[in-house]
Amino acid sequence: MVVTDIRQQFPILGRTVKGKPLVYFDNAATSQKPQSVIDALSHYYAHYNANIHRGIHTLAEEATHAYEAARFAVQEFIGAAEVEEIIFTRGTTEGINLVAYTWGRQNIAAGDEIIISGMEHHSNIVPWQIVCEEKNAILKVIPVKDNGELDMDAYKSLLSSKTKLVSIVQVSNSLGTVNPVKEMIGAAHEVGAKVLVDGAQSAVHLDIDVQDMDCDFFAFSGHKVYGPTGIGALYGKKELLENMPVFQGGGEMIREVTFEKTTYNDLPYKYEAGTPNIADTIALKTALDFIKDTGKESIRKHEAELLAYATAQLQAIPGLTIIGQAGNKVSLVSFVIDGVHPQDMGVLLDNMGIAVRTGHHCTQPLMKRFGIPGTIRASFAVYNQKEEIDVLIAGLHKAIKMLT
Amino acid sequence: MNVKSIAEIEKEIVEDFALFDSWEDKYEYIIELGKKLAVLEDEHKIDENKIKGCQSTVWLAASFEDGVVVFKADSDAVIVKGLISMLIEVLSGQTPEEILAAKMNFIAEIGMMTHLAQTRSNGLLSMIKQMKNYAVAYKMMKDNKKADHG
Repeated sequence: MVVTDIRQQFPILGRTVKGKPLVYFDNAATSQKPQSVIDALSHYYAHYNANIHRGIHTLAEEATHAYEAARFAVQEFIGAAEVEEIIFTRGTTEGINLVAYTWGRQNIAAGDEIIISGMEHHSNIVPWQIVCEEKNAILKVIPVKDNGELDMDAYKSLLSSKTKLVSIVQVSNSLGTVNPVKEMIGAAHEVGAKVLVDGAQSAVHLDIDVQDMDCDFFAFSGHKVYGPTGIGALYGKKELLENMPVFQGGGEMIREVTFEKTTYNDLPYKYEAGTPNIADTIALKTALDFIKDTGKESIRKHEAELLAYATAQLQAIPGLTIIGQAGNKVSLVSFVIDGVHPQDMGVLLDNMGIAVRTGHHCTQPLMKRFGIPGTIRASFAVYNQKEEIDVLIAGLHKAIKMLT
Repeated sequence: MNVKSIAEIEKEIVEDFALFDSWEDKYEYIIELGKKLAVLEDEHKIDENKIKGCQSTVWLAASFEDGVVVFKADSDAVIVKGLISMLIEVLSGQTPEEILAAKMNFIAEIGMMTHLAQTRSNGLLSMIKQMKNYAVAYKMMKDNKKADHG
């Protein structure tokens, strides 16, 4: 893998910000898109835009074929046993909400317990709070240790016959921590609980094999895996998806409608009411193809080098503390600097063309746990280079001088 | 009472900023203003005075003295504090009527509109609204008093 060749595929990387070459380190929020993904979108609209599944004309057939090919691509990407287990959603948040509103409402009762962790994104907190409030169920939280890892002993002691669901992030968007989900799933299954894995951050960095980890649900977003916004996928084990109530009613999801009774379509269409996001789904496949062609192992190796380099460089800055020093991390580094508000740092770095994320990263309880208002977060992708980290480090020195 | 009008102060700020030819100079000046901003006493740092942004927080306190509104404010982020300092310089010590009429065009003219656009992150836009709300309230108070006496 040659990074300069990879960079050629991402047109946005050629632009400048405030007169400086863009350094894009906000990949955990959204990744940039290769030209192939951008082309797939315009090619669909320019050549075979049609509504899918029902039309018998050529355009409809081509669009349906491309849309369903994307489902096979997702199946392969996450290692699902069957293609019917892949439901297209707007993203991770919608996937989690789908499970909360269908499986959750059906299976959670008063006194039941749902376990999440202290490093969850708000998207994996709020849907469960809503279910717990509605059902008088109890939300339990696995504590986070000082190094940013989950307290596994505490997790095991939280599990009981009351536990109905464990909903856990595979990779923390704020800390970069990779959680031992396989082990956690095994422990949850021993007490009869189901497990949802939030793969928003992990899908782009790790090899995902839902059968090997044996999760019951897995949700991820297209826009964080070099694909378009507004498209994602939810995986669910077939027997669970078959027995869950429907989410939204409308076209596509029905078999037969009479005013007396409606029967529902088979999986996965049962959960895909209305005309789906056809263009973005098709382009999602192109994004997954990009990852496959580049090679996840090469990407992982390159990103690990960037993380190691950035960590070493950052640690050398006086007054800088890295938040999240887990043994197993993806290429993301969150930090605070003595006497510097993260927002001020973000403003000054932006003036140097450097895009980082500052703030609480939609993980307010986690920030509270570390006693900080937020962090400065640099997250790396396949197209980032060591030279860009040098630009960041120089930028941090300059900004610290200006601010303190 | 501020002896200068809002328009005059705005003009001065814009002229000051015209001297800076780099973003570094501009921000160093704003940071300096932020650091020099008069301390807001803890008694004013209460929830009622808090304007919470997504990333930083602004506290705004107001009082009505001798016919003019006096503002004091603070923030946990120093660039926001510097911008606050300018807002106070422009609006504090002015009559409610003048505050309500103020267009605050200087913010755009010195190239700082992006900070106001970031409504969710820093609460600056809410702060300006809140300053105007105080002006409305004090104007009503004054007008009612006049009516009582008249």
